[in-house]
Amino acid sequence: MTAGGLKTRSPRLGESAPRPDGIPKVLGEFAFGNDLWADGMLWGKTLRAPHPSARIVSVDIGPALAIDGVAAVLTAADVAGKKTYGLETPDQPVFASEVVRYMGEPIAVVAADHPETARRAVAAIEVVYELTTPLVDADLAAEGTPIHPDGNVFRHLVIRHGDPTVQGEVIVEGTYEVGMQDQAFMGPESGLAIPDDDGGVELFISTQFLHVDRDQTAACLGLAPEKVRATVAGTGGAFGGREDICLQVHVCMLALHTGRPVKMLYSREESFLGHVHRHPAKLWYRHHAKRDGTLVNVEAKLVFDGGAYASTSSAVLANASCFAGGPYLIPNAFIDGWAVRTNNPPCGAMRGFGAVQTCFAHEAQMDKLAAALGMDAVELRLRNVLKTGDAILTGQVLTGAVPVEEVIRACVESPLPPKATGAMLERPGGAGRTADAHHVRRGVGFAVGFKNLMFSEGFDDYSTARVRLQDGVATVHCACAEVGQGFVTLVQQIAREVLNVDDVIVAPADTSVGSAGSTSASRQTWMSGGAVEGACRMVSEQMERNPGASYYEATFEHHHAPTEQLDENGQGNAHVSFAFVAHRAVVDVDVELGLVKVIEVATAQDVGRVLNPLQALGQIEGGIAQGVGLAVMEEMLVIDGVVRNANFTDYLIPTTLDMPNVLVASLIEQPEPGAPFGAKGIGEPPTISSTAAVAAAIRDATGAPVIRVPVRPEHLVFAADLVS
Amino acid sequence: MIAAAPLSLADALRAIADDPFATVIAGGTDLMVQINAGRRPVTSLVSLRNVAELKGWSTESGNLRIGAGCSYSELERPDFAAIMPALAQAARTVGSPQIRNAGTIGGNLATASPAGDTLPVLVALDAQLEIASSSATRSIAISDFLVGPKQTDLRQGELIVAISVPVLRGAQEFLKVGTRNAMVISVASVAVLADLDAQGVRIGLGTVGPTVLRGARAEAWTRSNIDWDSNRVVGNLDEFVALVRSDSHPIDDHRSTKRYRSHAIGICARRALQRVFP
Ligand SMILES: Cc1cc2nc3c(=O)[nH]c(=O)nc-3n(C[C@H](O)[C@H](O)[C@H](O)COP(=O)(O)OP(=O)(O)OC[C@H]3O[C@@H](n4cnc5c(N)ncnc54)[C@H](O)[C@@H]3O)c2cc1C
Repeated sequence: MTAGGLKTRSPRLGESAPRPDGIPKVLGEFAFGNDLWADGMLWGKTLRAPHPSARIVSVDIGPALAIDGVAAVLTAADVAGKKTYGLETPDQPVFASEVVRYMGEPIAVVAADHPETARRAVAAIEVVYELTTPLVDADLAAEGTPIHPDGNVFRHLVIRHGDPTVQGEVIVEGTYEVGMQDQAFMGPESGLAIPDDDGGVELFISTQFLHVDRDQTAACLGLAPEKVRATVAGTGGAFGGREDICLQVHVCMLALHTGRPVKMLYSREESFLGHVHRHPAKLWYRHHAKRDGTLVNVEAKLVFDGGAYASTSSAVLANASCFAGGPYLIPNAFIDGWAVRTNNPPCGAMRGFGAVQTCFAHEAQMDKLAAALGMDAVELRLRNVLKTGDAILTGQVLTGAVPVEEVIRACVESPLPPKATGAMLERPGGAGRTADAHHVRRGVGFAVGFKNLMFSEGFDDYSTARVRLQDGVATVHCACAEVGQGFVTLVQQIAREVLNVDDVIVAPADTSVGSAGSTSASRQTWMSGGAVEGACRMVSEQMERNPGASYYEATFEHHHAPTEQLDENGQGNAHVSFAFVAHRAVVDVDVELGLVKVIEVATAQDVGRVLNPLQALGQIEGGIAQGVGLAVMEEMLVIDGVVRNANFTDYLIPTTLDMPNVLVASLIEQPEPGAPFGAKGIGEPPTISSTAAVAAAIRDATGAPVIRVPVRPEHLVFAADLVS
Repeated sequence: MIAAAPLSLADALRAIADDPFATVIAGGTDLMVQINAGRRPVTSLVSLRNVAELKGWSTESGNLRIGAGCSYSELERPDFAAIMPALAQAARTVGSPQIRNAGTIGGNLATASPAGDTLPVLVALDAQLEIASSSATRSIAISDFLVGPKQTDLRQGELIVAISVPVLRGAQEFLKVGTRNAMVISVASVAVLADLDAQGVRIGLGTVGPTVLRGARAEAWTRSNIDWDSNRVVGNLDEFVALVRSDSHPIDDHRSTKRYRSHAIGICARRALQRVFP
């Protein structure tokens, strides 16, 4: 309270605290990574291979160096430290030197006085390629000639659960396919590197995994980790696409080489070529059930195309396989999971991380099974839902909140939207004015999904926070990357709640404090939220013990409960916690033209506890937008290894006319044991089953099988041909 | 970078005559995409935004004259839509509000994409283009102007000044298929315009050929299969659809397939005709 008047009380946990960076972002005043600037800085630019598969015969940088204003041209020969990097296995070269394995692979970088000079210099580098036939079919990768010394199989994971030979009275089988989705974040990759006097370098970087960026960069630079001082720069979205490094090593090499600050900023095309994507997948399933609908066995073969380098393929495949059956009790299973290497663009993390692909398939199977049984599809799901105390396909017994039945019931019981309004713009085809009212058929589809929270399989992805309280103002220092999810808001709410203060400063996220891990796996509210809570509680204790001190400070490392590796049968307690979600989609389809308008997506989600209702809604709406995008339009078109749409002209993401109304039927608040404030992560579930629900609704409207997403108009119009 | 922003047509034409390397920019919605992608190196720009003679539209003795600098937002407005509904509808399908505020009909013509959304309407109307250079002016029919995909008859030093089309009596429809509900490049588009006084229908077909095409066979069908006293279609619409398809020559590309485009153009043309002659 200030003297002379009431000071407004700042929002605590459970309230819709406004984002501290919200208004600056709306006004265009927030400094994103692309706004970075240093006096005397140079501009970096990357030369990328235009071919998916080639031998590099020669690289002549002479013509580029001869251009006025060019300060440096660096290639693989200039990498002082480790020549390769990678989140799981260091199999990806900093620069390709002998072999090109995907279109867009970096060959060289240039630093110049102006972006245009850098562009011309890149064009002047002469590379002679000897083209080789790209390996582009994931089905042929495992048996094919290795395209990398590590071989073509990133991981082969087999889950044997119960007795996989059990046969059901009713059996349904299907093959499904998911196209390559991109994170398509708005703020392209950007970074600024400033050389330090001690031979180190300062790096400002748009990222979601700061400390691992730092470690990987230092290793490739041949520097001790502490010589690379990294700070998160304003990051315009991530969705998994910034978990791997891209320009980090390049921009630091240029700065160290020239002794000047260097900035790199990807163009939109480079952004599409420069980060990993969601794995395209081919999924074969066979479900076995009793006549009454009880699931008895699921068999599946999952082939995930990881592209040229490992990235997180192994963990993505683990998720896909562990959750391959969906949130149902299935006593027996055989899951044959493959993540393979091809000459397609590298794939890695994206919101939903492996669970999205299998959800599309297992939910299509559940609908197919319901049809074969003559049973209501929701009823079939309710009969098989997982509950606390049940085991998932890995044998892990669920000990936390498992409100699958609750999310299903809340979702299906919510009211359906009214019939179409009659406005042309609101019909399928939208602004194109293609549909008259009588061309439109409505469909309703339903899907349920789940996935793990935090990293799995024995990974200790802890987070660190330092809190200082002085003169009634709390300062929180945590390296958690704010990528738009709202951690900066939550930090303030947690500190206010625990310390009972109003003023909370969020210090820049940098490497002068311990790691916070990655902003991914729906983990930061739990992990870094827990770290901030822990540090605040230590400060509170200090205040109690020593009330008169001039300031208090504490650092807390938050670790989640340990997990295990999966054994040779894919069994083990590999995951920390799980979140469950249901979606019901309503679509209008112009059946003759195969055009779709998603009218509404209703959802109920298992959240543990809502810490900020407005931000929860933001995550749900955004996640559904990405799920709808994958269902009806978002796909990187890769033909013979060549990306055909590395731009927003042809990589389509939903516009406001494509975005359905989002109806939050219910947020199920069953506090999760072990979770700070009982809150589960909420970022990924909205994307997991929304795609599957939209696909089911399109099936309902058209009768087309919709075995592939994104569904294209020609798939609906010529559906009969696809089946035969 | 040198940039000029002339206020008159004469100054604009002189500027591009004096500097043969100058690039003309109107709304910049095509040009900036190319520049940013590094596909069009630019040393100097001449902006058309302030050139008085390129602005606005007017009608005179059954003709509509549209300044090349008219934006889509201007063409969408009710006063224009009342005169040329199909062009207003086509304008509304373009991009987003920001693109429609900046993008011009002159730019759409000069870009000459087979997917340019105003072109099916202009082709259906046999638009005449007014073209000027510092030394001469000429008039050319749109079908002679659009010589190939993204290729025009525009010569060095020339500007498109205006587009003239006849004002027709009768209903008009423009339909565009894309794989998103807004802001999308067309996969197939069609303009169907009734000409009640001439007892005919004019049809333009977009994105189903190297340039925007005229639906000549389908137009011929309408002359004898519409009862011009009651303004009702009396013939078998399946025949009409087949003729529209035979008038088009679509290809496979990364946006769609030949087969789907052929399918869609027929469906859209039928729907358009049914709206025009309900
Ligand atoms: C996000 C986005 C969405 C889009 N959506 C659509 C769409 O839905 N449908 C569609 O048809 N187009 C679309 N476009 C393309 C573009 O908006 C149109 O083609 C527009 O009409 C171009 O006009 P402009 O004034 O912006 O041309 P500019 O970009 O300024 O110029 C384009 C070309 O025309 C030349 N030029 C311009 N005016 C003249 C003139 N008077 N005389 C001679 N040459 C001239 C220029 O030199 C240049 O070569 C889109 C573009 C973007 C960026």
